[in-house]
Amino acid sequence: MAQQKGRGAGDVLVLVGTTKGAFVVRSDKKRTTWKIGKPHFPGESVYAMAYDGRGGRHRLLAATRSFHWGSVIRTSDDFGKTWSAPDRQNVKFPEGSGLSLVQVWQITPGPESDPNLLWCGAEPHALFESRDRGDTWTAVPGILNHPHRPKWTPGGGGLCLHTIVADPLNKHRMAVAMSTGGFYRTDDGGESWNARNVGVRAQFLPNKHPEFGQCVHKVVHHPSRPERLFLQNHWGLYRSDDWGDKWKDIANGVPSDFGFAMQMHPHDPDTVYIVPLESDGFRCVPEAKLRVYRTKDGGKSWKPLAKGLPQKGAYECVLRDGMSADTHDPAGIYFGTRSGKLYASNDEGASWAAISETLPSICCVKAAVIGG
Amino acid sequence: MITFVLPNALTPLARGLGTVRVEHERGTMREALATLGAANPGIVDRVLTEQGDVREHVNLFLGEENIRFLDGLATPVKDGDTIVVVPSVSGG
Repeated sequence: MAQQKGRGAGDVLVLVGTTKGAFVVRSDKKRTTWKIGKPHFPGESVYAMAYDGRGGRHRLLAATRSFHWGSVIRTSDDFGKTWSAPDRQNVKFPEGSGLSLVQVWQITPGPESDPNLLWCGAEPHALFESRDRGDTWTAVPGILNHPHRPKWTPGGGGLCLHTIVADPLNKHRMAVAMSTGGFYRTDDGGESWNARNVGVRAQFLPNKHPEFGQCVHKVVHHPSRPERLFLQNHWGLYRSDDWGDKWKDIANGVPSDFGFAMQMHPHDPDTVYIVPLESDGFRCVPEAKLRVYRTKDGGKSWKPLAKGLPQKGAYECVLRDGMSADTHDPAGIYFGTRSGKLYASNDEGASWAAISETLPSICCVKAAVIGG
Repeated sequence: MITFVLPNALTPLARGLGTVRVEHERGTMREALATLGAANPGIVDRVLTEQGDVREHVNLFLGEENIRFLDGLATPVKDGDTIVVVPSVSGG
């Protein structure tokens, strides 16, 4: 692995959260050689990371969970050389809620127009908001006190709110997804949240089409077409063209519509990447062939991308936040597996190369272009 | 005076000290922790959840007895006692 020096704009960061700590992986714009630093927070699991390049800063955020001492969100303003060590638990349920934080599943920077605003999704199901760049966090009451809360149940990962999708055109609209619970949208700035799961099936329930209770695994959209959403479900692959009011099946040509990871192309609103898995009973890629599937037509068709990936004996799984993209052109696509393999493509998925095959089990991958 | 003995992981939250002494004549374990938390809130955040329960993989020993086998946070604590914070032997 060649050493990569310099910290210029255009460099690519790939933030990798694992069950044993976090890694900051770096390359230049060519993305052919990578430098992997030592593990940050060794021994702690890291299920959510983010890069926040708004407001002239270069801030990394990591949600760390100690097996013993709880979870906090840490920040670094020097690309991981040093990290904050919050004295207090900075993501905390309010007194009287009866809820205690298990871990943070998602960190999402807010809009460019509000550079101090971030959100995080937590377990048990909750959305938190930070108005100070991620230093302190407050639970959003509309989710915390939602009337459906008593009926939300844990998925395999726990009671997690793992996806946050904000509308770049309307600051009052955003959506979240949870396992299990489904997809919820607010149109009034977070005061009220309505289940938007029409058309999304709940394979595991007696009623396959309840109002809520679906096990949504990931939702993505493109900022240029925010109303059009793509959803990877616990069985089911869907698209909505109206911010989730209705969903239609787009599992056209995939070997399985079960999976976790889903990634939007950074520049093309018709292009989405997924990694299908065989089933919920056997959460490995079908036929032991590691293949990313890509649609370039909004889900009308999907094609496998396998060049450079193992096509024999690959019993791999990519988790819901295990895939990411940078914003270069051509875009870089990245994913990490539960067995600790980190792959990169610098040509939008046409070919792949391993950055590392020996990391701990990978929980999340977040790519970013410095200054991009 | 009550003495808290901390594991290495928590000493950064106690200005690097492995033991912290607090003025506390008598009361419960919960009250002793509240006294500790007044000057060292970060330690108590790591030992208790935000709802005031002992974290699942943390143990509090009063002398040589785990308070889980006494009266939990209602266990009486008196002047001269030593409370040892012990992380469980657990993890993947």
